[in-house]
Amino acid sequence: MSINPDQAIKFSPLHRLQWEEAQQKDVILYPEGMVELNQSSAEILKMCDGARKLDQIIADLEQKFATTGLTNDITAFLEVALKNGWIQQN
Amino acid sequence: MAGSNKTNITPPRWLLAELTYACPLQCPYCANPVDYANYQAELDTEDWKRVLTQARKMGAVQLGFSGGEPLTRKDLPELVKHARDLGYYSNLITSGYGLTEEKIVQLKEAGLDHIQVSIQASTQELNDHIAGTTSFEHKKEVAHLVKKHGYPMVLCVVIHRENIHQMPEILAMAEELGADYLELANTQYYGWAHTNRDLLLPTKEQFEQAEQIAQAFKEKVAGKMKIYYVVPDFYEDRPKACMNGWGTTFLTIAPDGVALPCHSARELPGLDCPNVKDYSIDQIWNESKAFNFFRGYEWMKEPCSSCDEKEKDFGGCRCQAYLLTGDMYAADPVCSKSPNHHVIEEAIDSARAGALSDNEKPLIFRNSKNSRLLS
Ligand code: SF4
Ligand code: SF4
Repeated sequence: MSINPDQAIKFSPLHRLQWEEAQQKDVILYPEGMVELNQSSAEILKMCDGARKLDQIIADLEQKFATTGLTNDITAFLEVALKNGWIQQN
Repeated sequence: MAGSNKTNITPPRWLLAELTYACPLQCPYCANPVDYANYQAELDTEDWKRVLTQARKMGAVQLGFSGGEPLTRKDLPELVKHARDLGYYSNLITSGYGLTEEKIVQLKEAGLDHIQVSIQASTQELNDHIAGTTSFEHKKEVAHLVKKHGYPMVLCVVIHRENIHQMPEILAMAEELGADYLELANTQYYGWAHTNRDLLLPTKEQFEQAEQIAQAFKEKVAGKMKIYYVVPDFYEDRPKACMNGWGTTFLTIAPDGVALPCHSARELPGLDCPNVKDYSIDQIWNESKAFNFFRGYEWMKEPCSSCDEKEKDFGGCRCQAYLLTGDMYAADPVCSKSPNHHVIEEAIDSARAGALSDNEKPLIFRNSKNSRLLS
């Protein structure tokens, strides 16, 4: 499974992404489970709004954090996310 | 409040709200206490709301509404709504009995995140026999409706000797119903399952065959369906890391308001499990005798206390140790290092003898009449 650059990416409606005050972390919630996210993973997932495609996500994050060269890291993480069913494309 | 204060207490993450012991089904492996009919009192709506609020404040985020059959509580939508407002991820753990499309929509609007429907077998005849109620077709209908309304669909099948031979058909049924998650829960022998163990415990050959089939299926549906396979600990040589460690993660509230570190803990003697009517969740979690009882490692005996695996499995399940050895401080007898490990072997032999004989005693179904007889 890999990310199709021509399709928008959206966070899975079968999961929930939310900030947990007690843990001071963003988490993904799903039936009987929870994944704790580090800050960069959470920032990437928040960009998956069903409108942005891969290059847009990269561009927006690079701009937000005033940096370049994030392509490989972001793509690799999104592939993991796709495999885990956290994001969808169609 | 009595009990010692320990440092390094982690906050609860999982809250299991057992709303009621009432249930129209009669599963002979039910995890409710055998004497549940003695506990008639139920918390009211305001009590539950307070419990949800207090536990959420401490950090609980996964919430299970279970029972009994939680749908028998009229205030379920109100509680679901309260849970959603607090930011819980809420799970409804139901037999599906009495669940209509209208209710499914109503609960979705209230903010319910997912519905777990249990099915007893892959055929109507066996399902209805085990459930003690005609329910098979309706359960399948409910599974469809759950999907239709956009919930992740979790199908749960409890596995035991009466249905383990149906493993291939159970998997096919899950696929046909479009389950997103399938929980294959090998029976854990507490509560009613302990009472019926001779009739429910499969033989080792049956376990191994079923596990192979389930593993192969897991690979086949990878990426489409997630399989949770709950291991049958009687055939393991190390116990499960029960509750992820006592008082570290899980908080169960029984229908009458008694707070339990694990849902079987009310069977353990001398714990004096506190009630949410008398104490706050914070007091219960941090200060109560019951929640501190098996925290950490000081309570352990040999062979656990000097064992290098104790941080992995915490000595196993306290309820299983008590039920099978009479000593709640003992190593879980599932462990091959336990001096009581023979009780597991004897249980397996006794169940096998039952499986081979042609005049097996009948299953004892979970209902109030049997509960009163047995308690
Ligand atoms: S296991 Fe069966 S009898 Fe027990 S609460 Fe669940 S549906 Fe009811
Ligand atoms: S002896 Fe106790 S701690 Fe060691 S593996 Fe067995 S149950 Fe676990």
